[in-house]
Amino acid sequence: MSDEHSGNRPSPEALLQQANKEGRGRLKIFLGAAPGVGKTYEMLSSARHRRLEGTDVVIGVVETHGRVETDLLTKGFESIPKKRMLYRGQVMAEMDLDAILQRKPSLVLVDELAHSNVEGSRHPKRYMDVEEILAAGIDVYSTLNIQHLESLRDVVAKVTHVVVRESVPDSMLDRADEVEVVDITPGDLIERLKEGKVYIPEQAERAIRSYFTEGNLTALRELALRRTAQRVDEQMLNYMQTHAIAGPWETSDRVLACISEDRGSAALVRYARRLADRLHAPWWVLYVETPENRQLSDADRDYIAECQRSAERLGGLSVTIPAAERAEAVVSYAQANNITHIVLSRTKRPRWSELLHGSTVARLVRRARDINVHVMADRGEERPRASGESIQTRVASPPLVNAQQIAGSAGMVAAALLIALVLRQFLGIANIALVFLTSVLASAVTYGLWPALFACLVSVLAFNFFFLPPLYTFTIADPENVIALVTFAIVAVIGSNLTARVRAQAVTAQQRAKTTEDLYAFSRKLAGIVSLDDLLWATSFQIASMLRVHVVILLPDGPMLSVRSGYPPEDMLSEADLAAAKWSWQNNHPAGRGADTLPGAKRLFIPMQTGRGVVGVIGLDAEGTGPLVTPDQRRLLDALSGQAALAIERIQLAADVDRARIAAETEKLRNALLTSISHDLRTPLASILGSATSLRSYREQLDNAAQEELVRTIQDEAERLNRFINNLLDMTRLESGAIAPNHEAVDLPDIVGSALARAARILAGHQVVLDVAADLPMLKLDPVLFEQVLFNLLDNAAKYAPAGTSIRIRGWREDNLVRVAVLDEGAGIPAADLERIFDKFYRVHAADRKTAGTGLGLAICRGFVEAMGGTIVAGNRTDRSGAIFTISFPVPAGEAVLREKVA
Amino acid sequence: MNTGSALQHILVVDDEVAIRRFLRTSLSAQGFQVLEAEDAKSALDQLKRHHIDLLILDLGLPDMDGAEIIGRLRQAASSVPILVLSSRTDEQGKVDALDMGADDYVTKPFGMDELLARVRAALRHKMQAKGEQPAYRAGELEVDLVRRIVTVCGKEVKFSPREYDLLRMLVMNAGKVVTHRTLLKEVWGSEADIQYLRIYIRALRHKIELDPERPEYIQTEQGVGYRLRAAD
Repeated sequence: MSDEHSGNRPSPEALLQQANKEGRGRLKIFLGAAPGVGKTYEMLSSARHRRLEGTDVVIGVVETHGRVETDLLTKGFESIPKKRMLYRGQVMAEMDLDAILQRKPSLVLVDELAHSNVEGSRHPKRYMDVEEILAAGIDVYSTLNIQHLESLRDVVAKVTHVVVRESVPDSMLDRADEVEVVDITPGDLIERLKEGKVYIPEQAERAIRSYFTEGNLTALRELALRRTAQRVDEQMLNYMQTHAIAGPWETSDRVLACISEDRGSAALVRYARRLADRLHAPWWVLYVETPENRQLSDADRDYIAECQRSAERLGGLSVTIPAAERAEAVVSYAQANNITHIVLSRTKRPRWSELLHGSTVARLVRRARDINVHVMADRGEERPRASGESIQTRVASPPLVNAQQIAGSAGMVAAALLIALVLRQFLGIANIALVFLTSVLASAVTYGLWPALFACLVSVLAFNFFFLPPLYTFTIADPENVIALVTFAIVAVIGSNLTARVRAQAVTAQQRAKTTEDLYAFSRKLAGIVSLDDLLWATSFQIASMLRVHVVILLPDGPMLSVRSGYPPEDMLSEADLAAAKWSWQNNHPAGRGADTLPGAKRLFIPMQTGRGVVGVIGLDAEGTGPLVTPDQRRLLDALSGQAALAIERIQLAADVDRARIAAETEKLRNALLTSISHDLRTPLASILGSATSLRSYREQLDNAAQEELVRTIQDEAERLNRFINNLLDMTRLESGAIAPNHEAVDLPDIVGSALARAARILAGHQVVLDVAADLPMLKLDPVLFEQVLFNLLDNAAKYAPAGTSIRIRGWREDNLVRVAVLDEGAGIPAADLERIFDKFYRVHAADRKTAGTGLGLAICRGFVEAMGGTIVAGNRTDRSGAIFTISFPVPAGEAVLREKVA
Repeated sequence: MNTGSALQHILVVDDEVAIRRFLRTSLSAQGFQVLEAEDAKSALDQLKRHHIDLLILDLGLPDMDGAEIIGRLRQAASSVPILVLSSRTDEQGKVDALDMGADDYVTKPFGMDELLARVRAALRHKMQAKGEQPAYRAGELEVDLVRRIVTVCGKEVKFSPREYDLLRMLVMNAGKVVTHRTLLKEVWGSEADIQYLRIYIRALRHKIELDPERPEYIQTEQGVGYRLRAAD
C-alpha cells in the first residue's frame, strides 16, 4: 500500500478537495450537544466581532425564541426579511434565499442548520440553502445540534429513545471550514432549563423534558466532543496530506457493507460509514441482486435504492452485482477489491427458512477467511425518510404471471399427458412420471417459476387421475404409488425452482447485455455525428426509447437555457420547468420533479456534465405521477447523458476551433486591409506630393517636357487614388449591405460603351476588340453597378496584360443566359487562384512583376454581379495564354414581347 | 471664346475652401468673374445682390440641401444656369437635382476640362434659349432643326418621327445631360418604360455614329441620362 504514496508528493485527493473549496464561501458550524447550550448566542457574539473588524455581516435567519440576551445581540445587524409563503392556508415564513444571494454579503448568519423548509420552497432542507449560499461565495455561520447529524441518529435514538426526524448529512460537518463546540456541563444545562432559559415548543414539552436527563445529556455531550475530535483528526490528516507530510495515516483498510431489503440496512450503512471513518478507510455498499430479489415488492426495492443513495451521500460507493448466491458473491467481490471489513446485519428470517436455505451470515463467515466480518444486531429500525434523496426513483413493476403463460404451461402438461397416454402400454409408472417432469421443467425454462409450479400441480393431478389406480379418480389405492406421487411432486418443485432460477439469471444477464449493447451502439452512433442538432436528436431519441420517457434537451444560449431538442418534439417549457432547468444547470445538480429542488416542476432535469463543466440539461417526464426512473434506469441515464455530454463537448470544441480559425482569418484580413490601405493610399500620394513639390521648388530648372511629365504623374496618380478610394467605398457598401441594385432595362452595348469611355485613359496602352452580338435582349440590371463591374474587369486586364496586347470583350446569348466575357492576353491565372482571386485583398503574385492591383476590384465585381442576380467566374483562355472573366445573367421573362411592340 | 461684351459672372458655392480656391483660379484664368459663397445662406444673398450668369453648386452644403436651393431659385422664376457638383454613387441625388431644374452636373473629383465643357454648354444653352440659330454641328454630324434635316458625313439620314423627336431633344440640349425621365416625357409624352428609350438610342446610334459600339455623339451617363456632344 505504502508504495502508492511513496515520495512526499501531496495526495491528489487532498489537493482536489482544497481546490474545490476555493471560490466557495467558508462555513463555520457552532455545534452543541443539545438545545439550550447557547449556540445562537455564541454565533451572534462571534459575528459581532467580525462586524467590528469590518466584515459585511447580515442575518439570514436567527431564532432567538424570545431570549432576551440573544435578542439584544441581534441589534445592529442588518437582517434579511423572511419570505412569506402560503402553505395549506397558513402563512409560513422561511429564510429568503434569493434575497441573500442578491444582497451578497460577506457573511450571513443562518441558524438551525437542520431545519426543514416548508413545502414549495426551493430546497426541502435548510442545509441545502446553505450549500447554495456557500457556492455563491458567501461565508456562512450556522448552528447544529449533535443529534441531527445523520450518522449519529441511531446512536442518539438508542441513548435518548427519541427518534430525530430532521438530519444533516455528515458531509456538511466534514466540509465545514471551522467547527466550534459550544459546551456547557449537563448540570448547568438542566439548571438553565429549570430557569426557563431554554426554549421548548409546547407540543413537545414532555418528550423534550424526558430528553434532558443528566445521563442523556452526558452521552450527547460525549458524542459532540468525539465527533468534533474526529473531525479535527481528519483536518490534521488532510493538512498533512496536502503538505505532503509523511505520516501514519495510511491504511490498507477497506470496508464493505452488504445491504439487503431487510430494514436494518439503512442503519448498516451508517455503521459502515462510522467504521470507515474510524479506520480512515474507503467504503463500499454492496447489493447483490439474486434471482429471488427480482420478485421483491416495490417498497423493498425503494428501500434498497434509498439505502444506496444514503451511502453515496455519506461518501460511500454503491455497487450492485447480479449473482445466484449472496454469500459467495459478497466474498468474491470483497476479495477482488481487497476489502478488509465486511459489515452485514443479521437477517430476520424465520428459523425454518434458515434451516432450509442455510444462513447467509454463517456461509459468509465460513468463506471470508482473513476478512473481518461485522454482524450488526437487527434492530428492526424504521425506514429512512424519503426526502433528502437526490432524486426519487420509481421501481419497475415486477413481471406478473399472466394468463398466456399459464395457458402455455397447461398446454405443455396437456402435451405430456397425450404422450403419456400413447406410451402407457410400453412404459412403467416411473417413466410416465418422467414425461410429466419434462413438461414441468419445460414450463420453468420457458415461463419461469410460477407457471412451472402451476404445471407441477396440474401434472400431479393428471398423473394421479390418469395413471395411478384406481384410474380416473383422484384417490390412490397403492401406498407405494402415494410415495411415488409425493416424490414426483418434490422432484418437480425442486426441479422447476432450479430451472427457473437459471432462467431468471439468464434473463437478468440478457437484460444487462442488451443495455450494454445499446450503450455501445449509442456511443458508436455519437462518434459518427458531426452536427450538434443531429447529436441532440439522437440523444433524446435514445433516452426516450431506452427509458420510455419524454425527453427535452436544453443547452445554454448566452445567459439563458433554450430547448434545443426533444423526443417527442417539444419547444416550449413552462416557467416552472425553465426555472428548474436553469437551477440544475447552474448548480450542477438534478432539479424538478422528484428531486430536492423545485419538485413542483413537471419535468426532472439532470445536468449533462463533463470534466469541463455542465454542457446542458436533460429534462424528462412521463405520463402519470411519481418517480420517473428506476435505480437501474437512473444509472443508465447517467451513462447516456455522460456519453452525450462528451459528444456535445467534442462538437462544441470543434466549433470553437472553427471560430478560432475564422477569427484568425478575420485578423489576416484586417492586416491585409491595413497593408493595402497604407500601400495603395501612400504610393499615389507619395508620387503626387513629390511631383507637386518638385514643380513648386524647381520649376525654373525643369524643361517643358519634365514639367509635363510631373503634371501628368500628378493627374495619373490622383486618378489611381480615386479609383482605389472608390473601390474601398464600394467594398464598404457591399459589406454593410448598402447595395440595393436599382434594376432597370439596359442595353448591353450601351453599358460596354460607357465603361470603355470611362476606362479610356487606363486602356490607352491596349487595343480593345469588341465582339458583342447585335441582337442581344435587354437585361434587367443596375446600369451603374454593371458599368463599374466592366470598368473593374477592364482595369484588371489593363494591369495584368502587357501593354500593346489586345483586350477583348465578348457578349453573346446562350439559351436563357446572356454572357459577357473580358479576355486578356496576359499570363493567365494560376489554377489554384481561380476561386480565391475573388477574395478580398487577394492578389495573384507573379514572380516577375510587381503586383499592381488593390485586391478589391474583383471582389467588388463578384459582389455587384451576385447582388444583381448574376454569376461571375474566372478562367484561362484555351486558345492562348490569358485570363477570361465571364459574367452571366438570365434573360428576363417577356423580353420578346417588348421587342415586337417596339418594332 | 466666351469673351462677350461683359465678363460673365460665376458664383461658386462650396463649403470646401480648397475647391473654391482652385475653381476661382482656374475659372478666372478662363476669363470669368468668380464670386464665392461657403454656404446656402450667403449664396442666396449673393444671388440677390449681384447679377450671376452661372451657379456652380455643391450639393452637400452644411446649412441647406443643394436641391432645396435649386427649388427656391426656380420657384422664384430665376433662370440662372445651375451646374451641380455631386459625389459619386449618388445617382439619385443627381437626377433629383436635374429634375428640380439644375442644368447639368459634374462628379467630384473632376477634371478642369470636364468642368469647363459643362460651364460652356450651360452658358451656350442659355443664349440659345434667348433665340440663337437652332443649328447643330459636331464632327460629321449636322442637324438643321428648322428644316428637319440630319446629315452624317454630308449624307442625309432618314429617321422615324419618334427617332427624330429624340434626336431633336438631345440637340436642343447639346452638351448637357438630359435625364431619362425628361426624354421619355418629351418624346413619348408619358412615363413610358425606359426600354423604349434604350432601343431608340441604339437605333439612333446606328444611324449617326461611325462606330455605334463606341459612340462619339450620344454619350451615356449611367443611371442618369444621355448627353449629346456639345456643338463644335
